[in-house]
Amino acid sequence: MDFLPTLWFVVIAVLWTGYLFLEGFDLGVGMLMKLFARDNAERRVLLNTVGPVWDGNEVWLITAIGATFAAFPSWYASLLSALYLPMILVLLGLIFRAVAFEYRGKVDAVRWRGVWDWAILLGSAVSAFGVGAALALTSTGLPLNANGDRIGGAFAWFNGYAVLGGAAVVLFCVVHAAAFLALKTDGTVRERARKLFRRAAPFALLPLLAWGLAVQLSNQKPLGWALLLLGVLAVGFAVIAAARRREGWAFVGCGVFLLSMMATIFLNLFPNVLPSTLSADFSLTVQNASASPYTLGLISIIASFGVPLVLAYQGWTYWVFRKRISSRSLPAH
Amino acid sequence: MEALDIARWQFGITTVYHFLMVPLTIGLGLVVAVLQTVWLKTKKPEYLRMTKFWGKLFLINFILGVATGLVQEFQFGLAWSEYSRFVGDVFGAPLAMEALLAFFIESTFLGLWIFGWKKLPAKLHLACLWIAVLGSVVSAYFILVANSWMQHPVGVTMVDGRPRMTDAWAVFTNNTALVAFPHTIFGALAVAGGFLLGISWYHLWKRRRLGIDTVDAKKRVVVGESPVVDGKMQYPGRDKTDHKVWIRSLRIGAVVAMIAFAGTAISGDLQGKLMFEQQPMKMAAAEAACQNGTSFSILSIGDVGAKNCNDVAALIEIPGLLSFLAHGDFDTEVKGVNTLLPEYQAKYGTNLPDNPIYGDRAGQPIQYVPVMAVTYWGFRMMIGFGGIAALAAFVAFFIARRGTVPESKWLMRLAVFGILAPFGANSAGWIFTELGRQPFVVAPNPQLSGIDQVFMFTAAAVSPGVSVGELVFSLVAFIVVYAALLVVEVFLLFRYVRGGVASAMPELAAPPPDPDDEADDGDAENQKKDDDDVLAFAY
Ligand code: HDD
Ligand code: HEM
Ligand code: HEM
Repeated sequence: MDFLPTLWFVVIAVLWTGYLFLEGFDLGVGMLMKLFARDNAERRVLLNTVGPVWDGNEVWLITAIGATFAAFPSWYASLLSALYLPMILVLLGLIFRAVAFEYRGKVDAVRWRGVWDWAILLGSAVSAFGVGAALALTSTGLPLNANGDRIGGAFAWFNGYAVLGGAAVVLFCVVHAAAFLALKTDGTVRERARKLFRRAAPFALLPLLAWGLAVQLSNQKPLGWALLLLGVLAVGFAVIAAARRREGWAFVGCGVFLLSMMATIFLNLFPNVLPSTLSADFSLTVQNASASPYTLGLISIIASFGVPLVLAYQGWTYWVFRKRISSRSLPAH
Repeated sequence: MEALDIARWQFGITTVYHFLMVPLTIGLGLVVAVLQTVWLKTKKPEYLRMTKFWGKLFLINFILGVATGLVQEFQFGLAWSEYSRFVGDVFGAPLAMEALLAFFIESTFLGLWIFGWKKLPAKLHLACLWIAVLGSVVSAYFILVANSWMQHPVGVTMVDGRPRMTDAWAVFTNNTALVAFPHTIFGALAVAGGFLLGISWYHLWKRRRLGIDTVDAKKRVVVGESPVVDGKMQYPGRDKTDHKVWIRSLRIGAVVAMIAFAGTAISGDLQGKLMFEQQPMKMAAAEAACQNGTSFSILSIGDVGAKNCNDVAALIEIPGLLSFLAHGDFDTEVKGVNTLLPEYQAKYGTNLPDNPIYGDRAGQPIQYVPVMAVTYWGFRMMIGFGGIAALAAFVAFFIARRGTVPESKWLMRLAVFGILAPFGANSAGWIFTELGRQPFVVAPNPQLSGIDQVFMFTAAAVSPGVSVGELVFSLVAFIVVYAALLVVEVFLLFRYVRGGVASAMPELAAPPPDPDDEADDGDAENQKKDDDDVLAFAY
């Protein structure tokens, strides 16, 4: 029946969730570059915790977009063209961030580093906000006509959900990064990160919860309630774990929260992939937006060995770089 | 300007920019991987230094390749939504595979390589580099499959007005892609060769200028060392090994550049033959040929860009060469524009259909002849720049045969400036290929009956919902950001190039290194000691 399109809907949901889970902490680390990290040594600690992995994390985004193109060409076409400006900002943010990571340490001068620190911070914040806005609007709909094109001008997409989704992802990234840093560093950074996590998590995760709740309220999929509850419990668990200095569990709790929110959101979106706010007839669905069974079959075969392979070697990378780092272990630049 | 024009400029600018980084990533990556392999085999310190130095430049460039590649992945949806809807069933698959099978590999294993120095076992560390570099070669294949399908659609049938993939094998073994792939890889190697050559020349010259190296009566090099003042090298890193680094790099670069040109010529010849069958109009436009003919012109007079190509007169011609490029013999007539135009008009119409998708262009006559000034000169610049670079590599190899280069500042400048030639050849090649395909964004495939209706005019491909204002904003933003980043990249490259090996290995600037130490680098014993901090700090 519609097995393959449904499967690919799930794959894409997983890719987005994986992206937010992984890049979530390196975007968050980027946002903590200024206020949280107090001097150059601490900033370098922060950067080096994500150094070996951030590029690999970003490929989750590229793959999510590429897989959407392959499996649901109309979804890809409508989403990106409708959200033209925010997507351009996401791209510019990611460009600056990527370049800044690599170039920051290449010249030993305070001003040079200062500029790139800002590039990392702003690039991370802008792209996290844009991705959040885009996903929120995917879940609540865009003003699309029968052809799938946005009508109403360059800002027709803008509404409260865009802001909510943007804020949700930005704040989630910060909290997630705090949990990550508590797990990956040692010394004062570790202590401060844990404190930040404990204090911020109960509040900063609320927008993401609110987004999940909003989507749940308008579609009422039964399983959604259970997922929301699981998310709330996970946060409670994470905060308690952090208080008891169990940073690993705190990080896991934060991840479970993300997972349950994304599951709620995508569950309630299904079988739509991109609803139209103008008419339900114009909504893109798993059936009408998907590629042919032949193409879906082809990419399914590729993904069935490609995805486990990626998970295996990315997992291995995290294992190789599993040790905590601190400013004491930094070599002079 | 209309949305279509802005979108085209934007796509052209962003891809050409991306493709400044791409060939250097592919070419230099392969070279660095070979260098590290040689180092591991021979343990000669100069190969470690070469690996570190060229590796550093490779990384500075790589990151801009990543940053600009990201934009590419989104562009088809952003400004070309109709295109994406039309081709999605075929075109998305190679893009998704590229991400899943190549980009993950590239980024993950490169991270392991950067941060794994001395932390991973030496062989594993080297394997990480090889895997990353081969990942970039694989990525080139997938994206060329996608691009080649636009040049030569295969493996599909039309369903509801859109192509549907029916034969993945045909798509992934599209002969257009199979020849474009080696051509592009050799083009990338040409870039790497020129890069190695120019920079090494500069350093050999610098050593002579500083009086470190001299020549004897037979013009053979006498290698010297930087004087040591207060236990510090006056010119950091300029010891005897340093000389080996540059002379070997120069020779490797020259040889790579020459081989690469031969490779592009052979594969390019095959491409020409396919182009003649698959996109005859592009072939005619590459020649600015109105009439059928057999000669290849090297120089033409008249206004090559004029609408009426009868004004063009060839000044220097090589009889038979055009036929050879197109068909492998010397007397097959290659069709000129005047013959082809009516054929195209009969097959694909004289005017754009009256469909709102074409906006103001609906109903207007179709310009089947690409902008000839671009195709004609693009084709010649590609071959010309490549050929000049190869010739220069040959001369440079010869001049440096006694172990160093002359003290002439002008020759040095020429060598450094020459780095640009292969970049120019690559850009010219793409601009020629892409603009020669116009007015189609998906060119019809005239060979297979039944699917020659699979084509799309560029004018129908833009996003109908996106406004001119949005496009102008993004175009300006990309231009500004890209220009700024190019300045930064070039600044950094210059800085690291000037600093020589010591800029990538600061330890060399310290007291003269003990050669034994260096040879031990990465040894099993060292690893045990370092095992408790499993991260080399790269940032
Ligand atoms: C012949 C080779 C070639 C061509 C024609 C293109 N690219 Fe590219 N691309 C590469 C060869 C490459 C590469 C060598 O693999 C890069 C360059 C630097 C790098 O990091 O990888 C890369 C990077 C790169 C990235 C970032 C990957 C990462 O984060 O690691 C993306 C998303 C794309 N490209 C996408 C595209 C798209 C959609 C193109 C079509 C318009 C395109 N590239 C043309
Ligand atoms: C990276 C190397 C590439 C370069 C330098 C390049 C160059 C160009 C240029 C100069 C244009 C503008 C043509 C015009 O103004 O009409 C263009 C257009 C285009 N190219 Fe490429 N191209 C490259 C790779 C690709 C690839 C790999 C694809 C597909 C996978 C592609 C798809 C397109 C599309 C969709 C357009 C827009 C339509 C058009 O204006 O023709 N290009 N490209
Ligand atoms: C005698 C030498 C060469 C010949 C005969 C040749 C031939 C060709 C032809 C016919 C095409 C167009 C393919 C098509 O549109 O269907 C092409 C494209 C291209 N050429 Fe060359 N070429 C030569 C040298 C070079 C050199 C030296 C470089 C770079 C260093 C280069 C880089 C490119 C690139 C990047 C493209 C566009 C991508 C592609 O279609 O592969 N070429 N070449």
